[in-house]
This record gives sequence, structure tokens and C-alpha cells, in this order.
Amino acid sequence: MTNSNEPMLTVSSSPHIRCKQTTSSIMQNVVIALLPALFVAGYVFGIKALLIVAICVASCVLSEALIEKLMKKPITISDWSAVVTGVLLGFNMPVNAPWWMCIVGSVFAIGIVKQCFGGLGHNFINPALAARAFLLASWPTHMTGTAFIPTADTYTTATPLGLLKEGGNLSAMPSNMDLFLGLNGVYGSIGEISALALIIGGVYLIVRGVISWRIPTVYLATVAVLSVCFGKDPIFMLCSGGLMLGAFFMATDYVSSPSTPKGQIIYAFGCGLMTMIIRMVGGYPEGVSYSILLMNVAAPLIERFTKPRIYGAPIKEKKAKKIQEGGASND
Amino acid sequence: MYACIKNNPVFFCFIMLKYHHKIYESEVFDLQSTDIHSFKGGIHPPYNKERTQNVAAKVAQEPNVVTIPMSLHIGAPCKPVVKKGDSVFLGQKIGEATGFVSAPIHASVSGTVKAVAQYPHPNGNNVMSVVIESDGKNTVDPEIKPYGDFNNYSSKEIIDIIKNAGIVGMGGATFPTHVKLSIPPDKKVDCVILNGAECEPYLTADYHLMKLRPEKVVQGLRIAMRAVGVQKGFIGIEDNKPDAIEKIQSAILPDEAIEVVILKTKYPQGAEKQLIMAVTGREVPSGGLPADAGAVVMNVGTAAQVATTFETGMPLYKRFLTCTGDAVKDACTMEVKVGVPLQEVIDQCGGFANDPGKIIMGGPMMGVAQFSTNVPVMKGTSGILCLTKASAEIPEPSACIRCGHCANVCPIHLQPLYMAAYAQHQRWEKCEEFHILDCIECGSCAFSCPAKRTLVSSIRVGKRQVQALRKQRAVKNK
Repeated sequence: MTNSNEPMLTVSSSPHIRCKQTTSSIMQNVVIALLPALFVAGYVFGIKALLIVAICVASCVLSEALIEKLMKKPITISDWSAVVTGVLLGFNMPVNAPWWMCIVGSVFAIGIVKQCFGGLGHNFINPALAARAFLLASWPTHMTGTAFIPTADTYTTATPLGLLKEGGNLSAMPSNMDLFLGLNGVYGSIGEISALALIIGGVYLIVRGVISWRIPTVYLATVAVLSVCFGKDPIFMLCSGGLMLGAFFMATDYVSSPSTPKGQIIYAFGCGLMTMIIRMVGGYPEGVSYSILLMNVAAPLIERFTKPRIYGAPIKEKKAKKIQEGGASND
Repeated sequence: MYACIKNNPVFFCFIMLKYHHKIYESEVFDLQSTDIHSFKGGIHPPYNKERTQNVAAKVAQEPNVVTIPMSLHIGAPCKPVVKKGDSVFLGQKIGEATGFVSAPIHASVSGTVKAVAQYPHPNGNNVMSVVIESDGKNTVDPEIKPYGDFNNYSSKEIIDIIKNAGIVGMGGATFPTHVKLSIPPDKKVDCVILNGAECEPYLTADYHLMKLRPEKVVQGLRIAMRAVGVQKGFIGIEDNKPDAIEKIQSAILPDEAIEVVILKTKYPQGAEKQLIMAVTGREVPSGGLPADAGAVVMNVGTAAQVATTFETGMPLYKRFLTCTGDAVKDACTMEVKVGVPLQEVIDQCGGFANDPGKIIMGGPMMGVAQFSTNVPVMKGTSGILCLTKASAEIPEPSACIRCGHCANVCPIHLQPLYMAAYAQHQRWEKCEEFHILDCIECGSCAFSCPAKRTLVSSIRVGKRQVQALRKQRAVKNK
């Protein structure tokens, strides 16, 4: 039957068409979404901030390539995930962080948190946040206090949340509008100062379908409601610290958050609850990074208990079971 | 700079308002809430139907030789009842059904039997086939007579007529129609649903059929309703085929209990379970049949064939199919006889425009890739899709990033990421726990995977192993 004129045909399993979206296009979208916050950082902190972000990105990408080369694995830097980690880590650094700390953080994020557990898709916590926690624990003086002040003539001495926690010169407290726009002063790490810029980026990601609305919305709503309960100004609580950065860009990390809709809601509520507990009663002024890290660890468990109901499954499976069990115990 | 950022949200909202339809209806995401005539999940692949939608359907040239495999349906293959040298009429039975889930096969030309031997089959194996050389006369079997008004026949008689005409599901699954219409007495069915969704990209065979022969489609539904003994009939059509909807609607008599249900254009809207959900709002229980949800689903092509059989007595021997794809010169939909080699159909579409990389029987989402163009058209061949080497390229899979898109688009609400991963690690019990057997293999997950993972093929492997596991268990328990 076969003749030599017949074309050589590919035979593969269906489906035979694939969507245009790829892992790298998703990561590129995240980087695009982070650009507004980067612009604000450049405007407020100057070239120094941009330099820190650049060092983080470069060392993340380099260490990923190097480690994969050493482990004789395919080099996957073209998927842009290391770039995202680098930008996020840079955003979590204070502007006065020394250059070597950026490199140490990047190597920790990529080498330990990501590659040691199997590379992309296998890190159980967010690499950038883990690196931030690592740096904060190792060099607390470089990560807090005066580290946030770009030049000597700036009058603030602590982040707004730090002021709130430790007291001090409360007249230096910025207005909510300043916190929201982040253009008039220096209130934290490089990437977290402008809530507006982060919201723009986050909405971009939601609209492009990269992240779901659930995690950021529930996270922010939980913080807002709880701050009212604690008698604090919810707008201040939402716009200060790393909350916006965390809610839109860190908590939504695919790998370390649940993929089920219900699970995402529970996870985001947990993030909000932990954040407020740390901010209000914990030892640190800011709790976003630790709360997300804690919930990252809980994510697989949450996911296991929030499996969606499949089409055609008996609707009242649990109820029926309960009735059965109840009947059995009555006997 | 300040002003720029200050104005940004307004600008952004404006952009969103202007383009939100486009953004929402992007390839993968269906963020709009489920409306009544749809289902949750699904995808919006590029449909590529325009090319053949606006070209008039034609009748294919008469073949000189047809190769008719004895397996044109799901179920037991047929036993050939002719031998080499026999002369056969058009519509004469050449293959006898060998079980309940089986359907007889008829000659699609009149002429002489050249061979009864093993020939390549679109499923990839060699299958016993009957090769008939046409005498070009198409002399109809003298035994074939029109059945006339279906109201003169009982339910059982109608089902027998359908069985003898070799009618099987023409949407692609080729499940024998008489089995579908024989409802077990313990099931309560209250409606027959015709599937005119044609949600597979590229294909326009059902569309052209509904446009050209709407009265046949509706008549077929009436016959099926009588066979099943129900009063209510639905015809589900996606809203991207307004002229087909109009034609069908005008073919329905004003006092009839037949309703056209306009469905949202979304893949897989035409999948049986999703169609039942969209039309009736009911779910087919896991592991159950449509009859468990009180419905019988038939393709519009099958219904039209049932009507034709009653009108003329002719069995199923030809069908509409769409020959398209970027490797074909003049794509079109045509009526082709069963047993014609794919190459002959492609040649009638002007041949290949570019070197073909992949030939798919069926649509791009669920069709079967062919290793040769010398396999014949079957009863369930709804399309021949020829892709160029560039479009056929298989992307390199990368690591799963757990984005959850596969679970979001799954019309059964499964978690393909876990099923595929467990299947790859050969943990079959885990596959079963994640309801792998409920997968309908629609391909939405693999389509939407940004890491281009081979989800469907992994799941298929898992399904087979779980089925084997269940059989083992059943043997043990006995």
C-alpha cells in the first residue's frame, strides 16, 4: 500500500493544536506588571534602586544557569522565571542594601529554595520571599531601620509600620495619599512603596488571565476587615508595608499556592489573618512575608482538602455519608 | 511623571472597558459566568471555520475503488458476507453485525468485489476490509424500498430499521444508534437532544448539513423521539451558526414539542455530558449513561441519516465531511462515500498547497492523526484536517508550574495536573482517586497548558491502567 511518494506524517496524541500562552509568556507578563512599581522606585530612590534590582536579576539568572549546568540539566533561563524571582527579590531589598547581599540572596533563592527542590514547579515556598526571610535573619541591621533611607537629609527614620509598632515620632507618619501613590517619601523596600503602581500591575495580571482575582482580593479584604476590628485605619493598613506587593505578586505564585478555587480563598484568608496577627501582636512591624511563607507551606494541605466536585459526582456525598454514619451509631 | 501616573487608572479603565470582550474571550479563559445554555469550564480555541463555512458544500466525484473496513463503529467488527468476485449492488449488505453493540456495513458503490483482506485502518491497525471496484452505474439493491411514514411503525420496528441500515453516531464516536435508542426499562428518559454544536475547530460538516437539509434533521429527531417514546426534542446549536439555527427553526412545525437551544460557542460544547448540562441543566452521573440523566443525545448527521433511511430505504453509505487545514489548497465540505481513500478527497480539494506535516481524521482537538493518506473515509469521519509541517510541530514540554489552567478549563472539573503526574509516576491508585476514568479526553487541558505538557496522552495511559486494575479487582472479588 505504501509508496515512496507518500509524505512523512507526524502521528501524535490529540489535541493537535495548543494555545499561544507559554511559561515564558506568563513570566514576561509578570515582569511587565512589575514595571510600574519599578518606575516609581527609580523616581523615588534613583539609580541606586534600579541597580539593586539589576544585580538581583543578573545573579538569579546566572546562578540558575550555573547550577543547571553543574547538575547537567537542561538550562531553563529562557523561561524568565529566574528574572521574576530576581525582580521580586530586588523589590524586597532596602535601598541601602550592600551589593553582596543581593548576590547572596539571589544564590539562596535560586540555589537552595528553587533548584535544591527540583527547579521550576517544585519549590514549596516562594524563592524571593524565602531569600528575604533569610537575609532578614542573617543581617537584620542591613535589612531594617536606616537601610531604607536613601540620603542623609530624608527625615523619616522608620517605615510607617515600624513607627506604628515602636512608637516614636508619629508626626512623621505619612498621609494615606502619600502611601497610596508612594511618590512623596520613602516608606519601605524598593518595590513596595507605591500601592497604586502595584495595583495597576496586579489588575493587568488579572485581566490577562495570568493570576486569578481570588488570592489578592480575599487577602486584601481580610486585612481590611481585620484592621477595622483592631481599630486601625484600613486604608493605612492596605497601603503600607509590602502588602500590595505580597498580595498581587508573591501570594499568587502558582507553584507555592493552591490551584483550586476554594483552596485559593482559604489560603488568601490565612495570609491576611497571619499578616494582621504579626502586625498587631507579633514581634515584627511587618508580617506579609512570613505570613505568605507560612501559608505556602500549608498550601498542599489546603489543596488536598479543597478538591473541586467533579461533574456527575453524587451531590450530597458527604451528607449521605453522615446520614449513614449517624444511622449506624444509632443502631 | 506624577500626572501621568495619576491619570493612569482612568486610562487603564478605559482600555479595559473597550477591550474587555476580547480579553475575556481570549483563547483559554472564560471568565464570564456560566449562562443557562452552557457549562462551566471549556476553552475558546481559534475556530478557523470561515474558510469552509462560506464555500458551498459539494458532492464528491464517484470513486473507482472503495475499501470498506469491517470496523466502522465502536463495538464488535463485522463479518464480511461477500467474497472475491461477487458482484454487489449499491446499499447491499457486505458485513454482518456480530454482536448487539455492532452495526452492519453496506456497499457504497455497485460493482465487483476485488478483495476481502486486511487493509490499513485509520485506527493504525490492519483490519479486514472489502474492496469493491465500481461499475460506475450505482445500481441500487432491488430489495431496498422506502419505509414511508414512520408513524406506522412501533418503537421496536423503528430501532430494527435503524439497526439494519447500519446507522452509527456520525459525530465521530460511531456508537451504534440502535443501541443508544434501546433504553433499558429501568431508565426514565424524557427527551432526545440533537447535537448540532459542532464545537471542534475547522469542521463545518454539520453546519452545511443543517443548512442544506434542515427538514431531514428535524424529521430524524421526530423518528428518534418516537423510537424512544418521548414527547420532547431539542436541537442544540452554537451561536456562531446563525443561519443554521434559522434554517432548522423554520423546519420545525409551529405546534411541535421541538426546540432549538442556542448554545454558547465554546469547546467542548458538543461533548455529550456538556450538551446535556447546557440543554437540560442535568448532570450525567459519574460512570453513568446519558439515559441516567433522562436524555438521549444524537448527532444531527445521524438524525438526517435516519430520516433518509425512512424516506428512501437506503442504508448509511455516505456522509458530509470537511477537508481543510493550511496544507490544503481549496478547503471545502463535501458529501463523500464510505470507503474512499483520504488522498482522493484531498485531491478533489486541489491537493496539498504545502508539504503536509500531519493528517488528522476528525477535528484538531479530538481527531486521530493518520500515518498514511491511503486509509478510507469511515462512517464517523467528520473531517480531514491537513496541517503543514510548521503547524504540526509538537512543542517541547517543560515543567508543570501548577498554574491550574488545566483544572480551570476542564469541563468535568477534574485536576489534569495531578492525574497526568500520577500517571507518569505509575501510581494508578492515585489516578483512580482523582477520578481519571471520568475524563472525556476533550483535550482542553493540554490545549491550555502553558508548559505544553502531554496531559491527555498521560491521562489515556492512566485510564487504561485503572481499567485493568478494576478488572483485576473484580476477578479477585469473585
